[in-house]
Amino acid sequence: MTEKKLESAAGDKLMIRMESVNKWYGEFHVLKDINLDVRQGERIVLCGPSGSGKSTTIRCINRLEEHQAGRIIVDGVELTSDLKQIEAIRREVGMVFQHFNLFPHLTVLENCTLAPMWVRHMPRREAEAVAMHFLERVRIPEQALKYPGQLSGGQQQRVAIARALCMKPAIMLFDEPTSALDPEMVKEVLDTMIELAESGMTMLCVTHEMGFARTVAHRIIFMDRGEIVEQAAPDEFFSNPKSERTRTFLGQILH
Amino acid sequence: MQTTARVQPARSSLLRDPKFRGLVFQILAVFTVVGIGWYLFQNTQSNLAQRGITSGFGFLNNTAGFGILQSLIDYTETDTYGRVFVIGLLNTLLVSGLGIFFATLIGFVIGIARLSPNWLLSRLATVYIEIFRNIPPLLQIFFWYFAVLRAMPAPRASYEFFDAIYLNIRGLYLPSPIPADGFNVFAIALLAACVAIVLVARWARKRREATGQLFPTPAVAIGLLVALPGLAALVAGNPVTWSVPELRGFNFVGGLVVIPELVALTLALTLYTAAFIAENVRSGIQAVSHGQTEAARSLGLRPRHILRLVIIPQALRVIIPPLTSQYLNLAKNSSLAAAIGYPDLVSLFAGTVLNQTGQAIETIAITMSVYLAISLSISLLMNWYNKRIALVER
Repeated sequence: MTEKKLESAAGDKLMIRMESVNKWYGEFHVLKDINLDVRQGERIVLCGPSGSGKSTTIRCINRLEEHQAGRIIVDGVELTSDLKQIEAIRREVGMVFQHFNLFPHLTVLENCTLAPMWVRHMPRREAEAVAMHFLERVRIPEQALKYPGQLSGGQQQRVAIARALCMKPAIMLFDEPTSALDPEMVKEVLDTMIELAESGMTMLCVTHEMGFARTVAHRIIFMDRGEIVEQAAPDEFFSNPKSERTRTFLGQILH
Repeated sequence: MQTTARVQPARSSLLRDPKFRGLVFQILAVFTVVGIGWYLFQNTQSNLAQRGITSGFGFLNNTAGFGILQSLIDYTETDTYGRVFVIGLLNTLLVSGLGIFFATLIGFVIGIARLSPNWLLSRLATVYIEIFRNIPPLLQIFFWYFAVLRAMPAPRASYEFFDAIYLNIRGLYLPSPIPADGFNVFAIALLAACVAIVLVARWARKRREATGQLFPTPAVAIGLLVALPGLAALVAGNPVTWSVPELRGFNFVGGLVVIPELVALTLALTLYTAAFIAENVRSGIQAVSHGQTEAARSLGLRPRHILRLVIIPQALRVIIPPLTSQYLNLAKNSSLAAAIGYPDLVSLFAGTVLNQTGQAIETIAITMSVYLAISLSISLLMNWYNKRIALVER
């Protein structure tokens, strides 16, 4: 892997703070004392074996999953069971899913304008202008009037990214965005994400694409069995992993 | 590939050609069907002629000479069989229409209740569904008719609600409206309110799209619906006077009587079909993947907007086709009316008229075609709607 490194430093402002977050599914302890600070513009890649709690961690940030102990503060707002606060945080946090989750009954354009119109109360014309702007950024403006079912997987995922961006979020969460894609479509989605990273977006990304992690991430977090085992800058992480578990994982995933 | 494989000459026999075979079988099938039809027709004709039974539809113009329990249009015993047919048809349509309306309403409520996170509510819905869809509809009709409505008291001991509604063994007595002086103004005001609501809704949508602001359309609509006719009634005087049922001697006079047969039939068909519709609704909502809700949530949409903009439009596509067959079932099950003597098409026309005229083939044929026509109309309507909302794939 010989990608050039993306040079844009993280800011000072604290965007996300997780303080000893714990979560259980019944008896099963999925998240054990997660502590994590994310600064504005910082790009973090979470990796680890399946079932290690990385998806659950980022899903706690926009309350798709509820944490049972500890605190999560997003952009100065603490996540409690208060619905207004949850909605406020969700407006600022965009999310991209493994299976795209586009709305199949709406066109690409309508997918992108739905939330700006109903949540941000944006006029239709303005929402459509914003949508077209982001569809151009992910390079599929010509598909605007098609339905998601008519697009390829890679195109659908790029629409999903545009849909999230239309809310002008401060933070973007990616939950294994390329895992459900055919190999030849992975690159187009990763390229879109790299462009987004260049624009200075705060990003948390669960992925197994280590090339992407090396190029884009400021910090790589390795999780196993619900714990953060190790976190380091990419160079350090790949060349000099400290824990045995990280080395085993890297041995399995890099060849 | 460079091989020396020799190509077999095209020397296949016609018998192994799928196209030719298909054609032969289709021709055979047509001949068989036409042959059987022709035989049946010939056989019937000769038998009818032998026994001296008149055939044809002339009997429709003969005088019926019997009374009917309930008719939506004027009827006397001197009217024709043709008019009896129309009355039966209207009665069937009435009970089917009422049944479809109420079954849809109750079915949606129960179906959504079944998915409620509220333990008690969802269990109650489950119990309802399991009871009503597992008892034969005929038995349910008997239950409501014999066990409930036939067990009502005599008129003098009627159950009374608000001094205006009475329930007794003869049926349900409701007040009926009679147009009065202010009726025209009232009707115009009501119409104006409806038009105004449509205009307001349109304007609100345009404004939302133009400026993004939401408008409380439902509240304004209700306000208009109350205020305009209310004002009209104040200005022009009472729009209607109510004919309230009144006990005179042994029976009630005035008002509107809903015969117990209609009540029992509507209740049974509604509750029975609603149980099935509830299951359709539940499975339709569950068919929308959880990822859709999560995506909508992560965009910050409110729960009611998620339901309205994301879940329901997708669930409807799954609900409509089985809903169609429930409507068809209800319309066809309404013929069970014969069992309790509700004068529907089957008990009137394929029952009484057939017995009196003896023209079995004609009456049965007419009745069957009518049910076929009703069912096909429902089917066409629902298919049209289904097509209109279908998902676009590829």
